[in-house]
Amino acid sequence: MTLAKTIAEYQSEGRSPEILFWVGCAGSFDTRAQRITRTLCEILNHAGVEFAILGSEERCTGDPARRAGNEFLFQMTAAMNIETLNMYGVQKIVTACPHCFNVLKNEYTALGGNYEVVHHTQLLNELFASGKLKIKEGGSFKGQRITYHDSCYLGRANDVYEAPRALLEALDVDLVEMKRSRKNGLCCGAGGAQMWKEDEPGNKRINIERTEEALDTNPTAVAANCPFCITMLQDGLKAKEKNEQIPVFDLSEMILNNLV
Amino acid sequence: MSSIVFVLVALTAFAWAGKGFLRVWNNVHLGKKETIDGDRSARWNNVLLVALGQKKMFKNWIPAVLHLFIYVAFVITQVELLEIFVDGIFGTHRFFAPMLGGFYTFAISFIEILSVLAFVATIAFLMRRNVLNVPRFQKPELKGFPARDANTILLLEITLIVGIFCMNGADKVLQTRGVEHFHPTGAFAVSAWLGPTLFGSLGDNALMFIERFGWWLHILTVFGFLVYLPYSKHLHILLAFPNTWYARLKPKGQMENMPEIQKEVRIMMGLEQPEAGASSDLPEFGANDVFSLSWKNILDAYSCTECGRCTAACPANLTGKKLSPRKVMMDVRDRAEEVGAALAASKENKADYQDGKSLFDRITPEELHACTTCNACVEACPVLINPLDIILQMRRHEILTQSAGPAEWLPMFNAIENAGAAWAMSTERDAWKEG
Repeated sequence: MTLAKTIAEYQSEGRSPEILFWVGCAGSFDTRAQRITRTLCEILNHAGVEFAILGSEERCTGDPARRAGNEFLFQMTAAMNIETLNMYGVQKIVTACPHCFNVLKNEYTALGGNYEVVHHTQLLNELFASGKLKIKEGGSFKGQRITYHDSCYLGRANDVYEAPRALLEALDVDLVEMKRSRKNGLCCGAGGAQMWKEDEPGNKRINIERTEEALDTNPTAVAANCPFCITMLQDGLKAKEKNEQIPVFDLSEMILNNLV
Repeated sequence: MSSIVFVLVALTAFAWAGKGFLRVWNNVHLGKKETIDGDRSARWNNVLLVALGQKKMFKNWIPAVLHLFIYVAFVITQVELLEIFVDGIFGTHRFFAPMLGGFYTFAISFIEILSVLAFVATIAFLMRRNVLNVPRFQKPELKGFPARDANTILLLEITLIVGIFCMNGADKVLQTRGVEHFHPTGAFAVSAWLGPTLFGSLGDNALMFIERFGWWLHILTVFGFLVYLPYSKHLHILLAFPNTWYARLKPKGQMENMPEIQKEVRIMMGLEQPEAGASSDLPEFGANDVFSLSWKNILDAYSCTECGRCTAACPANLTGKKLSPRKVMMDVRDRAEEVGAALAASKENKADYQDGKSLFDRITPEELHACTTCNACVEACPVLINPLDIILQMRRHEILTQSAGPAEWLPMFNAIENAGAAWAMSTERDAWKEG
């Protein structure tokens, strides 16, 4: 069985998927984030969710262009995506990228793209609630000291704080919050198109500041929900020479090996 | 005689203050028109919980409680101020005392206790600003007038409280001596003890002088405060209310759409037909001055009391970058002041105004480029100011109108335009399947 079918393949079979998985640029091209993409596909297949991807028809949502100030480019790429999504009659979208999530959910509406958009941490909770997914008793993270990093675009931007934490609770981890969390969470430094440029002059990188906060909790692992945050935190841990001991996981990765 | 003086002073103060408030009103309206509407109950909720209830202040308990003392004392003292006005106009003395009886004693006692708490809080605030090195009060944008402004307000508050206690304390001693005109009002919570302790040994005439001195000191400080308010960061005591009412209710992550560009792009892509007779020259995009910001952005700027909670939460500022959201708000306000003053002097129309300057003379690209759009500043503001919205509008101006911006962004722009991805990649978009 293939990991993920495209929506075009569904259509050629005369069927439509329950949900579209919006992979995003990071999930498509970044080696680390590709692993998260595959993980989420495996979980969805395990749960028997009929999902599709756009494959080569997916384009950047335009988030970095819009935040950089390039509205023309954003409008162009957004219009193309909306044409595609509407052509396939997409109703529900899941994505593992909070930046894509925010644009798809909040910003495409004004441009004629109306979809029910969920972040994968929300979908995973739905799947647990409906019994399609079950966590093993005494899974591999049970009792482990883990800290959780709120991404800005899932947290403050969209007020989703509990769905990711509910997954950690299902895994029975010992969650230790950082000094700044939830509404007061500190950015990893990648948002607002910073990912594509060097920091402005200062005395520290933002990801180092956040990594230090994470290290202050003395965790065995860091949990996150955004491919960009994961890159930033991993880089931070590497700079602190802690990357060998302390992994950074996407929540889906913590779930996959602990499913019944 | 003193009634006439009082009425003249009051009218002068009101006229003077009114001029100041009108200036602020006009400067706010230098901004573009924007209709802000939506769920009224959510708006009332913001006004009641965030402005009146100071909900967001309580993220940080110590300053929140101290601030609450000053705030409640300020609001409750308005009751006593009402009596001062009646007495001032009609030459009466403690007009409400006979008719309210025991309740009057209770009310004034309540004000006195709050005044003591406010006094303690004011001293604590002076310490926080001038002695303890609270980092958010040490930032470069607070040097000079802003630091003096903050201390001026705190000293005026102390003056108000000193005035109240001179007045009530001396009155108390005069009452116990049965001096004519100073009818008994019952024992006030603080001055019943403070009055005799401070003034017990003074003669009647000296006491009457202190009582009048306190009365005039209080009311003149109130008038001074009123006149100073529209020139001060302290304007937040009024603007917090409209500012929370007009605060955006959308998710923080949602950027304002630009329908004019949306339309242009759709026409370009053949998704829409151009309207007949539509002008083909493009207007300026984004904001480089107060005229291209929304009036709400400028109201935000005037509502800012420079507390710096935004800057203290800003990841860029925390790591030593030049960006300070508070400075962005102060810059917008100062630019509105500059333009407003020039327009008032020249009687020019705002559409024709040009002075060769813009917001970019105050807010540098380096500051704009440091923003991660994380919304920490927006979340931190106790009166729902949105510095991020201004930063993003200026970024739009930089990219769309000036064709400037960080060169490092060009490869990303090109990749999105040509390859539909944020990075130029040689692999297929679904190559991850094979990994």
